[in-house]
Amino acid sequence: MNNPPDIAQDPAEHEEYAHNVQKHVRGYLTVGALLLAFTGITVALSYVDFGTRKANIGVAMLVATLKAGLVAAIFMHLAAEKRLIYRVLIFTGFFVLGLFWLIFLAWYNPVVR
Amino acid sequence: MEIPYTISTRPDTGLWNAKIGIWLFLASEVMLFGGLFSAYVFLRLDAQPGEWPHGLLNVPVGTMNTAILIMSSVTVVLAWAALKMRRYNAYWWYMLATIMCGIIFLFVKLYYEWPQKFEHYGVFLKPSALEKYEQYLGNNRRTEKGMEPRIEISGHLHNPEAIKDANIKEYEIGLDPVYVDPNNPTNDRPHFLYVPPTDNIAKIDKEDVERIDSFGPWHSAYFASYFTITGLHGAHVLAGVLVFIYMWLPVSKRLYQHNPEHLANRVEVSGLFWHFVDLVWIFVFPLFYLL
Repeated sequence: MNNPPDIAQDPAEHEEYAHNVQKHVRGYLTVGALLLAFTGITVALSYVDFGTRKANIGVAMLVATLKAGLVAAIFMHLAAEKRLIYRVLIFTGFFVLGLFWLIFLAWYNPVVR
Repeated sequence: MEIPYTISTRPDTGLWNAKIGIWLFLASEVMLFGGLFSAYVFLRLDAQPGEWPHGLLNVPVGTMNTAILIMSSVTVVLAWAALKMRRYNAYWWYMLATIMCGIIFLFVKLYYEWPQKFEHYGVFLKPSALEKYEQYLGNNRRTEKGMEPRIEISGHLHNPEAIKDANIKEYEIGLDPVYVDPNNPTNDRPHFLYVPPTDNIAKIDKEDVERIDSFGPWHSAYFASYFTITGLHGAHVLAGVLVFIYMWLPVSKRLYQHNPEHLANRVEVSGLFWHFVDLVWIFVFPLFYLL
């Protein structure tokens, strides 16, 4: 989904612009409804036994990632943003993965083993 | 001097300034919460069998708060769209709805969820005493089934004076339902609806107790991470609410009359912050309430 364009300065174009934003509003409402539905699904799935707790955690994190993706892509407009913002986020992703990699270092202690 | 590029885009970045500013800030926020979440994973991996509690939080209330945050994310994006369409009245109502959602979320957390924890106690038993309290723990059956042992008996502490008074030799705990019927398979997994402590009182000799703690951050790594992460998240909700109140007050209407696009951009960046806060909660909710 693209972002609404910057507001038209020409009054003649304004009506068309407002119509355009209105279309996006429907999209936002749909995403909101989807997020609420996924919340219900997350709760329901947590009472389903997937065999191991790890499997349950995996399923719940999958749904949470999907929800987070919807929020980021649509509400935060990341589906269509300027290149500079993606660049910032690529660095962020790299460093936050590094943080989680530190757990691996501490937990498996490869230095000693 | 006017601040430049509040509406028009800066040629080198291709963005108006506040937009790049908020994204840099959110990048630092990702690192902040990332550090805390990685600490959560580390603590959880390191927990010994029976040490990581399950089903201690109120799931319906947590679900409701999740829904409230999601709805507030919708209303704030609708507020922004209303400004883009130059409908100030609609903007005003959507913003009010967002502020109310934030306040309800905080109210539930601070006046309902958190205080209950400080009145609920868990007694951690010495490993040598576990057998003595088998009737409450049901560990023989759990071992057979390959489940983690129970090492704690929790509920409402009927004689809180026993914590400080050395002359009182035992704790009287109004048991949580799971310890009343520990061998019932329905108690193997957390319940959806909150079940309060019963009037069924267990007397636990102080000699058998490793430690007794309320469900505060000192109780376990679980509650330490719960209070740290939900506390920091709550502080973010509070900050968002304060910013939105400013955007909703007449002072912002004056900006709207002077330059509506500037207010729309302000709402967009504060909305980005709010969506991020919602996004963090999307992970907090299953990790602490459900899993």
